[in-house]
Amino acid sequence: MKYSGITLKKPKVGFFDFTGCEGCQLQITNKEENLKALFGLVEVVNFREISSERRDDYEIAFIDGCITTDSEVARLKKIREQAGILVAMGACACLGGVNNLRSRFPLPDVVKEVYDGHHVDTGPVRKVAEIVPVDIELPGCPISKHEFEWLVRHLVLGIEPQFPKYPVCVECKQRLNSCVLDMGMMCLGPVTRAGCNAVCPRNRLGCWGCRGPSEEANFESLMEILREKGFTEEHIAERVKFFNAFSGILNSDC
Amino acid sequence: MTVKTVKSLNIDIKHLCRVEGHGDIRIRVEDGKLAECTWAVVETPRFFEVMFKGLSIEMAPILAARICGICSISHSLASARAIERALKIRIPEPAQKVRLLAMHAETLQSHSLHLFFLVAPDFLNVPSAIPLMQTHPEVAETAVKIKGFANRAADLLVGRSTHPIVIKIGGLTQVPRKIQLTELAKDLDATIPYLWKALDFFRGFKMPDFVRETEFVSLRGVNRYPFIGGDLISSDGICKKEDEYRSMTNEYIVDFSNSKLTRLSRESFAVGALARFNNNYDLLHPKAKEAAEGLNLRPKVHNPYFYNLAQLVECFHIMYESKELLLELIDSDTSEFSIPYKIGRCEGIGAVEAPRGVLYHCHRINEEGKIEKADCVIPTSQNNGNIYYDLHKLVNDLIAQGMEEKEIERLSQMLVRAYDPCISCSVH
Repeated sequence: MKYSGITLKKPKVGFFDFTGCEGCQLQITNKEENLKALFGLVEVVNFREISSERRDDYEIAFIDGCITTDSEVARLKKIREQAGILVAMGACACLGGVNNLRSRFPLPDVVKEVYDGHHVDTGPVRKVAEIVPVDIELPGCPISKHEFEWLVRHLVLGIEPQFPKYPVCVECKQRLNSCVLDMGMMCLGPVTRAGCNAVCPRNRLGCWGCRGPSEEANFESLMEILREKGFTEEHIAERVKFFNAFSGILNSDC
Repeated sequence: MTVKTVKSLNIDIKHLCRVEGHGDIRIRVEDGKLAECTWAVVETPRFFEVMFKGLSIEMAPILAARICGICSISHSLASARAIERALKIRIPEPAQKVRLLAMHAETLQSHSLHLFFLVAPDFLNVPSAIPLMQTHPEVAETAVKIKGFANRAADLLVGRSTHPIVIKIGGLTQVPRKIQLTELAKDLDATIPYLWKALDFFRGFKMPDFVRETEFVSLRGVNRYPFIGGDLISSDGICKKEDEYRSMTNEYIVDFSNSKLTRLSRESFAVGALARFNNNYDLLHPKAKEAAEGLNLRPKVHNPYFYNLAQLVECFHIMYESKELLLELIDSDTSEFSIPYKIGRCEGIGAVEAPRGVLYHCHRINEEGKIEKADCVIPTSQNNGNIYYDLHKLVNDLIAQGMEEKEIERLSQMLVRAYDPCISCSVH
């Protein structure tokens, strides 16, 4: 295949799901009108959710979900050995995501509450980068199909992808959205990495920070604004911790 | 033809493909007898019931969506409905209609993903839908048109097809403008011919011949084919209130599966498209009945492979009813789409018909508006027991017919796939 005079190789790719909802994989089958072109750019050799073909000669591995069991750790390490490029896809893989909400309670209590003493194979919630080196993090809950396609084009052309450094606020302004903070809603848009096209504020919901922090985000100022608007510390903390996107940046009581 | 018995057999399928989530099929035959036959759900649990604890109620529908990537709208709505019923609030009519339309968009997206991407490759002898784009472009085009419409509808109605944005306690954060609804109605009209094409394709696929009588559980529709709330019924004659969901499902834990199983009048029961079809056939849209006639499908159907066809019939119902709902919305005042609420100690249950069957969320709320306890009963956990017992009978039948190992393996996989299991969901 040729593009602008350059011969492109068709990288072999695999998709691997761990502990999560598989919603990120589903995004790939969305935006149906581009599917044929997209699947023409790469050779899908392993994608259990939609194909019975399963080969292990992939060069790029897309990982979704967080890691919670020893067998998942072993499986992930094996994938890392094979893959030249490993992409963590979505909030669960990149951050641990909402799964961390259960880490507020001791693990034995968690298991007892749901399985009433029966044994299940589980463990602490870990993001992919806690187990193996990650080359690229594709953020979001769920990932955006648009950004996935953009990433695939970069990988095929061999160009390093540059994710937006600016916050969601910039995209809100670009789309001429009304500011939901001004409307009295809590919003983490001022400190969250853009790239989602401000889809939540666009739909009258404040940002929940699923894509992680933007660069040089001014957390203190946002906290000050939220307090001024009358949001309680508890309410702010609950929002900030939801996707585990700001751990280590904000202290536990915000 | 002489029928020879299969003496020994060992089928061990790890992480069955073309289903959502991780499940294993293990079949072992020794001395011509079935020694082991298991549908093992090995998906790792996420413990959502624990995740809900202590959160403000406004977060519940947003967290609930994350239970499932495919049926996130159903989870979000079941959670919101549970809280709204607990708080004794009734959401405005336009919000009810938009929510039902969003459920339709999700069901259409989910059914078409299952029928074309997961099931059709079995009948067309390809490993996935990807080669279909070359080998059967007309099938691929039909899939893309129907699924594409469903996703565009969800994007407009609830902001996004996976993990909806606008569903909140008391209604919605916004409703689409009339002009957008009019555009969607035109888009719908242009998509309907593809549904009839899909009917032609699936009429040509011969479903495997297998029957095991079972109990079918669903919501009971009153004036409409049921999707959001209402009484619970079973084909064995049981009728209960939405609030009695625990005695309708009777969850229990087994060692071989991380999904809990359920039972009612028999060893297992089934939920989903075929259960809804069998229990509420009379309420289907006339066009859906016409499609069912075209497929020779009449209630009560006890062949689980016909889940595929019942899903297709439901796609017709959804499309034609969506058109009516859109016209009603366009012709009505949609300025009220949310109502305020007061927090107090309470408990509520919300049942919806998710694409794979009836889904229940229960939330207990304290005086501060925090969730004290949550419970979710998932459609696929209700089906997992039925799949288990179907698999036993299927393999025994096939052994008796002298079927070869490869064919037993193929038909077993197709059986599980027909239920369209949402395995991550069932473990949650």
